[in-house]
Amino acid sequence: MVHDPSSPIVVENPWERLNAFTDARIGLGRAGVSLPTSKLLAFQLAHAQAQDAVHCPLEVETLAKELTEALNLSEAPLRLHSHAQDRAMYLQRPDYGRRLNDEAREHLQQAAASQQRYDLAVVVVDGLSALAVQQNSAPFLSALYQLLEKDAADWRLAPLTIVEQGRVAIGDEIGALLNADAVLVMIGERPGLSSPDSLGLYMTWAPESGLKDDRRNCISNVRPAGLKVEEAARRFFLLLKEACQLKVSGIKLKDRSEDDVLEGQSASGASGSTRNFLVAD
Amino acid sequence: MAQTYHTTVGSRSYRFASLAELMAKATPPRSGDRLAGVMAESAEERVIAQMVLAELPLTTFLNDALIPYEEDEITRLIMDDHDAAAFDPISHLTVGDFRNWLLSDHASSEVLTQVRAGITPEMAAAVSKLMRNQDLILVAKKCQVTTAFRNTIGLPGRLSTRLQPNHPTDDVTGIAASILDGLLYGSGDAVIGINPATDNVAQSVKLMRLMDEVIQKYQIPTQSCVLTHVTNTLEAIEQGAPVDLVFQSIGGTEATNRSFGFDLSTLAEAEAAAQSLNRGTVGRNVMYFETGQGSSLSADAHHGLDQQTCEARAYAVARKFNPLLVNTVVGFIGPEYLFDGKEITRAGLEDHFCGKLLGVPMGCDVCYTNHAEADQNDMDNLLTLLGVAGCNFIMGIPGSDDIMLNYQTTSFHDALYARRVLGLKAAPEFERWLEEMQIFQDISTHRLNDQLPAAFANSLRHLPKEPRHGA
Repeated sequence: MVHDPSSPIVVENPWERLNAFTDARIGLGRAGVSLPTSKLLAFQLAHAQAQDAVHCPLEVETLAKELTEALNLSEAPLRLHSHAQDRAMYLQRPDYGRRLNDEAREHLQQAAASQQRYDLAVVVVDGLSALAVQQNSAPFLSALYQLLEKDAADWRLAPLTIVEQGRVAIGDEIGALLNADAVLVMIGERPGLSSPDSLGLYMTWAPESGLKDDRRNCISNVRPAGLKVEEAARRFFLLLKEACQLKVSGIKLKDRSEDDVLEGQSASGASGSTRNFLVAD
Repeated sequence: MAQTYHTTVGSRSYRFASLAELMAKATPPRSGDRLAGVMAESAEERVIAQMVLAELPLTTFLNDALIPYEEDEITRLIMDDHDAAAFDPISHLTVGDFRNWLLSDHASSEVLTQVRAGITPEMAAAVSKLMRNQDLILVAKKCQVTTAFRNTIGLPGRLSTRLQPNHPTDDVTGIAASILDGLLYGSGDAVIGINPATDNVAQSVKLMRLMDEVIQKYQIPTQSCVLTHVTNTLEAIEQGAPVDLVFQSIGGTEATNRSFGFDLSTLAEAEAAAQSLNRGTVGRNVMYFETGQGSSLSADAHHGLDQQTCEARAYAVARKFNPLLVNTVVGFIGPEYLFDGKEITRAGLEDHFCGKLLGVPMGCDVCYTNHAEADQNDMDNLLTLLGVAGCNFIMGIPGSDDIMLNYQTTSFHDALYARRVLGLKAAPEFERWLEEMQIFQDISTHRLNDQLPAAFANSLRHLPKEPRHGA
């Protein structure tokens, strides 16, 4: 085949407008069969942001101040640290990130010396994205605290804690040390290329060290472009109330609030339908 | 039969308490083995372990089970299915001799096919630990494994792709958009396969129907798969859903698979159920398996073995059920198992080699997560190496970005790059379809059509005017 020198160097894809229907990187066009420079650089930027989200440390001081103000806390949040002393260790030893270091454990034991029981302990953990925690914690907790205040029941909240270099399971140890019936872990999720700021919510009823995933419920993708904080707070609150009632969490407790959410968002039709432009006649 | 393995180098003597310890310490370094506490304590100890391993007769692996026969159905599968006649031509070799033999001109493609059933996963894992990357590539290239359903995968000179149109809410228009994008970049001959965001039977059936309708309307010589749990797919088959391939993640120990919620009898039932539908046109391989180093350790089901040996044992599970496709999702699991691009690359080549040597139709999800020390350049390298090694298939996703699973894998563009630089083609039936549909202007030079092919131009006219809310 003879090459036409007047043809464009970058070939656009005429189906580019499908971009309105998905965040997937479709219709990128091509230089030969390769990515055009602008699309290549857009990808590199997204990857750089995701990597930064993993490696940027949590600004604990700033976050503590923000939470104290936003939630009208009488005392500042407790600052705790996992057994993983730095990010490199954190990434290679998930077991270290799941438990407190000795100092944090002592600190917490002193704070909980009164033997008072709490209904809920909220644990803010950097996880794999400090950005997610920095950005979404105060708005989410403001929404949640409003729901708790409006509720008929009188919710006793344990002192708020902030954990550095932590993984999800560290919340169970903290919840147990604080004598809390339930624990909420708010943690920065593994950052996606298009979502470096995604917060995950994990709840355990009757937390104790050594529990597995099957005892936790998860609400994922909490961020401005994903699940909004108000909706996330509503869902978590429903879960919490159900956990308190049934005294279970995890696979024994189904998140009913999601039943109607994942269906029917398509412009192309009703829930359960497979109708789409590719097979429309 | 417990035996100790030892040697003396200069004035120092080295002792390895078990075959499992020897195998683990002979393994090239990786973070998962460090996490498990089974890694060699020094670079020297690693090479000493490799030297001791090289002296072991291959028959050792038939007598000294790494996980006891009584405790593990994968060990029983490996031992009971071992073909002594096929093993005969290599039965006198040590592990070190085995490497020489594999690289030698004695081991032609035909001979490698003949001895396959006599090779156990542990033999494959052991020899791979002595091999350099180029050895893994050279021998894998000689091992040909071809499978078929609606097209033929794994023929020499071919590189197929799984079109992976995942969407975070399983939105049908969003999924259809990614399918269209992929098809128009020549992707999808291995399978069109969706990881569902909502993992239940009803959702899976809906996605199966969606893909089946597309395949039928455009008469695409390919197959579809929803990557849901095997028991969900069995239920979907009972409901009359259009199931082409049955998916399952598998591991190399019984305890790993139990943690995944199945055992070997479940897979046998699934293979029979899918075959009974008779949906294949050129073959009857109906299973699609995914594996990956670290899954056994992650499930605390590794029995003190190194992660690469566990992985090789998963291929014994795979080959029992005649899969169309098996891929190692090499960089998905995270840096606590494979820390960086170098470890991911090595693992990808090991997995591809071990799979092919054992007769498994091996592909690779050339991928990484954002918390691993890896980037697109590492993926380019591994993709190119696997293309040279004759890898059966890779993934294809829009712009490398899986917006549902939050990781990066090879893009539609990447596959065309590999086909172009290495002179590789799609599966023959699919290649003909690409030509007929005028997706390529000249398929022999991998030149895409600058114009939108007629059949698809027509479909785009049915596009809804307003995008979904919040898009």
